[in-house]
Amino acid sequence: MSGTNGKIRHIHDLLVNKKITCKELTEKYIDKIKESKLNAYVHTCEDLAIKTAEKVDEKISSGKEISMLEGIPMNLKDNISTDGIETTCCSKMLQGYKPIYDATVWKKLKGDNAVLLGKANMDEFAMGSSCENSCFGGACNPHNLKHVAGGSSGGVASAVGGNIAVYGLGSDTGGSIRQPASFCGLVGLKPTYGSVSRYGLIAFGSSLDQIGPIASNVEDVAIVYDSISGYDTKDSTSSKVAPNDTFNHLNDDIKGMKIGIPKEYFDGINEDVKNAIDEAIDAYKSMGAEIEYFDLPELKYTLPVYYIIACAEASSNLGRYDGIRYGYKTKQYKDIEEMICKTRSEGFGEEVKRRILLGTYVLSSGYYDAYYKKAQNLRGTIIKAFKRAYEKFDVILAPTVPTTAFEFNFTSMDPVQTYLTDICTVPVNIAGLPAVSLPCGFDSKDLPIGMQLIGNSFSEDKILNLAYKYEQYTEAKYLKELDMGVRL
Amino acid sequence: MKYELVSGLETHVELSTKTKIFCSCRTDFGGEPNTHCCPICIGLPGTLPKLNKEVVRYAIMAGLATNCEINLISKMDRKNYVYPDLPKAYQISQYDLPLCKNGYIQLDSGKKIRIARIHIEEDAGKLVHKGGDVYVDYNRGGVPLIEIVTQPDIRSSEEAREYVEKLQLIMRYIGVSDCKMQEGSMRCDVNISVRPEGSEEFGTRTEIKNMNSLTFMTKAMEYEKNRQIELIENGGKVEQETLRYIESSGTTESMRGKEDAHDYRYFREPDLVTIHTLSEEVENIRKSLPELPTARIKKYIEKFGISEKDAESIVKYKNISDFFEKAIQGIENPKIVSNFIIGQIFSTLNNEQEKESFDIKVSAESLNELCKLVESKKINVGLAKSTLLKMLETGKNVSNFISQEDMQSISEEKLLEICKKAVDSNPNAVKDYLSGKEKALKVLIGFVMKETKGKVDALNTQKNILDTIKNI
Repeated sequence: MSGTNGKIRHIHDLLVNKKITCKELTEKYIDKIKESKLNAYVHTCEDLAIKTAEKVDEKISSGKEISMLEGIPMNLKDNISTDGIETTCCSKMLQGYKPIYDATVWKKLKGDNAVLLGKANMDEFAMGSSCENSCFGGACNPHNLKHVAGGSSGGVASAVGGNIAVYGLGSDTGGSIRQPASFCGLVGLKPTYGSVSRYGLIAFGSSLDQIGPIASNVEDVAIVYDSISGYDTKDSTSSKVAPNDTFNHLNDDIKGMKIGIPKEYFDGINEDVKNAIDEAIDAYKSMGAEIEYFDLPELKYTLPVYYIIACAEASSNLGRYDGIRYGYKTKQYKDIEEMICKTRSEGFGEEVKRRILLGTYVLSSGYYDAYYKKAQNLRGTIIKAFKRAYEKFDVILAPTVPTTAFEFNFTSMDPVQTYLTDICTVPVNIAGLPAVSLPCGFDSKDLPIGMQLIGNSFSEDKILNLAYKYEQYTEAKYLKELDMGVRL
Repeated sequence: MKYELVSGLETHVELSTKTKIFCSCRTDFGGEPNTHCCPICIGLPGTLPKLNKEVVRYAIMAGLATNCEINLISKMDRKNYVYPDLPKAYQISQYDLPLCKNGYIQLDSGKKIRIARIHIEEDAGKLVHKGGDVYVDYNRGGVPLIEIVTQPDIRSSEEAREYVEKLQLIMRYIGVSDCKMQEGSMRCDVNISVRPEGSEEFGTRTEIKNMNSLTFMTKAMEYEKNRQIELIENGGKVEQETLRYIESSGTTESMRGKEDAHDYRYFREPDLVTIHTLSEEVENIRKSLPELPTARIKKYIEKFGISEKDAESIVKYKNISDFFEKAIQGIENPKIVSNFIIGQIFSTLNNEQEKESFDIKVSAESLNELCKLVESKKINVGLAKSTLLKMLETGKNVSNFISQEDMQSISEEKLLEICKKAVDSNPNAVKDYLSGKEKALKVLIGFVMKETKGKVDALNTQKNILDTIKNI
């Protein structure tokens, strides 16, 4: 390994060399979270964080070795279940809900003595692209507080960009890791479907959801991914073939790698974004990669297919919130039917209700064939189209979002317009592929631009390798560390 | 006009696997409310199901035992509906690719009731009404079920009853379920329509839900058949609806009409992967299937020479049939054993339930021992019968009632000697017999029995006594 822009490694060295104690480090973060205006956190867990930090300090002072993630302050999106710590999906529906078990990813990180600072803001039940659908209000973009952090994992990106967490775990159903990473100038990885356990992730679209890391640089993302990936007996859809040593491949030679650029991804994208991507393409050429443009006409089906499948699954997944066992329950009712009905009417926000209705509709008898079945068939077509592309290319390069971060209230006018901004991110979820978004420029307003590298299934090592090489080549000039939060 | 009943059954059978279908919670009936539960079976947000492979194996056993084809590629689907006992608001079930299809169960008449499909699914919890409040107990939630769906081949409530009894017995024989209707481990939904006799078209059907006893099922079917006929005769029309049977009044009442029929919005369960079964696995399961009731009855009649009636009454109860199979080890004529079971043992069992549980004090080995004494003519049947009754009462072995000495068989010469003694000591009885009083012979035989403590064969004794009298 060469290059030293990894933040996790930097802090790890500070801890090991006793330049700072883990408790001091953690307290710094806790203080900055309290000061922060980003609205990135919705629940904090200071006691647990301090207790973990003390444990790590004890280990260090007694001369024991610590792993790379031990003592590193981080956060989790509020849809990842944490035993005894409120997990609400930023919905009124789950107010006060404390899980009685840990999500597999958190169990792994907890075992590594990761310092959990708190649960991060998100669009309600991960439905949205701006984080404004949170019952706690949206999270701000640290680059410009008038702009959104993106969504749905907006809180994680806001906190990492604003230096009030070193990294965080988000979830990506249609772009919810990559889009906020792109908006906040960060690196976000949506892993291959099945490479990270979904056990404990509160479901939105079960066949699309994946947990993944958001961090400020590629190396950190690789370290976190390596520690959370792998087969889990509790998740039948998790795979035994997921790579877990991407870190060791970051610096592999990329000469002769074939990068395909699907033309359709550039339709209607913002000029600044287009220029930045073109520049990145040139950079890869200079590094010795082979670039080729190609047609991916199936892309036009992806948005409708995505919204049909995701909403159908959501309508079923969200049926369990009835006020009987946990979470919000309406105050007055005359019978059980009214109780369930009022609880759901009052507990869910507008966007969630819209998607439940859409999903219920497309699964209803008489409409199933026209919508859900057709969408499933087209999903197969899209998967095949990507498969064909990977016979030719190692990786596909595309913009992450057609624009940079929107201003607050910009997207809430027309839901369909908002759905359209997901055009570049959803194909990956439909095909179950891995993709990493990484910063590649700034627009005229100095807001970050992101590009994504889309790999074939279980090629996280390859896309992170290409991402890392780009970061090195550009001397990390697009990783702008902001003057806020904890600076080390 | 004469009408014909047309009916098909959907039977839910709880599988007796140790753990639930998607988690490792226990499946036993009862228990304190909500103690056999975990985050998975109460559907806490974020949990995922994990299919218990044993459930698949049990379902394939059930399929093979009812002559089904096995789908080597199968999958799970979500059946969405809202009810407080269903904590995820969907039941994980199977829709268009059930594990088993196209089977049948043959009735005694030779008629086959075709089975359209058998699929696996999870059971729901239970609502408990107490003091005006409703409580939910999720202990039963996630207990594995198979649903066995017939074609509309049933033409009478008797056929329905026979089908269910046969199905129940098969499931018990292969050991996948105890099929206790009163505990809810077997429940039937009955689809019923009527049509003019000779007609080929089906009438509009109604469905009676959740029958939990065979008696109520047949009563409900009779009631519903007559209700439909009466309705049609009076110029009315049968409405497609779901009914509930009211046990107290013996009538049915509507739960919901066609307009309110559920739209379950089935779709593939995305949290579970395709179920692949290898044909070798199916063959292995087929080979390991225990002997089925029909095969046993045939064996008892044809090979053992037991009457059809006796064979059926033994096979009807798996516990008894298994007991019989054990008790005939090393016995040349199993009829000796079956006669003891039908005679002495059944006389101590007062009802169906006692036969079902077959909780008796005599072990199969102990009965076997007794029967061997009879077969080797060491004791006669009469003594064996009275001894067996004592054994059933006390739970003690044969040796407690019959001594080693008693078990010494009596030689023909010795028997003849005792018979002579009987004739000599009872001159009056001999005189009576010779004057035509046949009954007097019994006194003589009784004497021999007393002398030999019942160890000799009555017929042989009679023969010897008659010979002795002739020679006087």
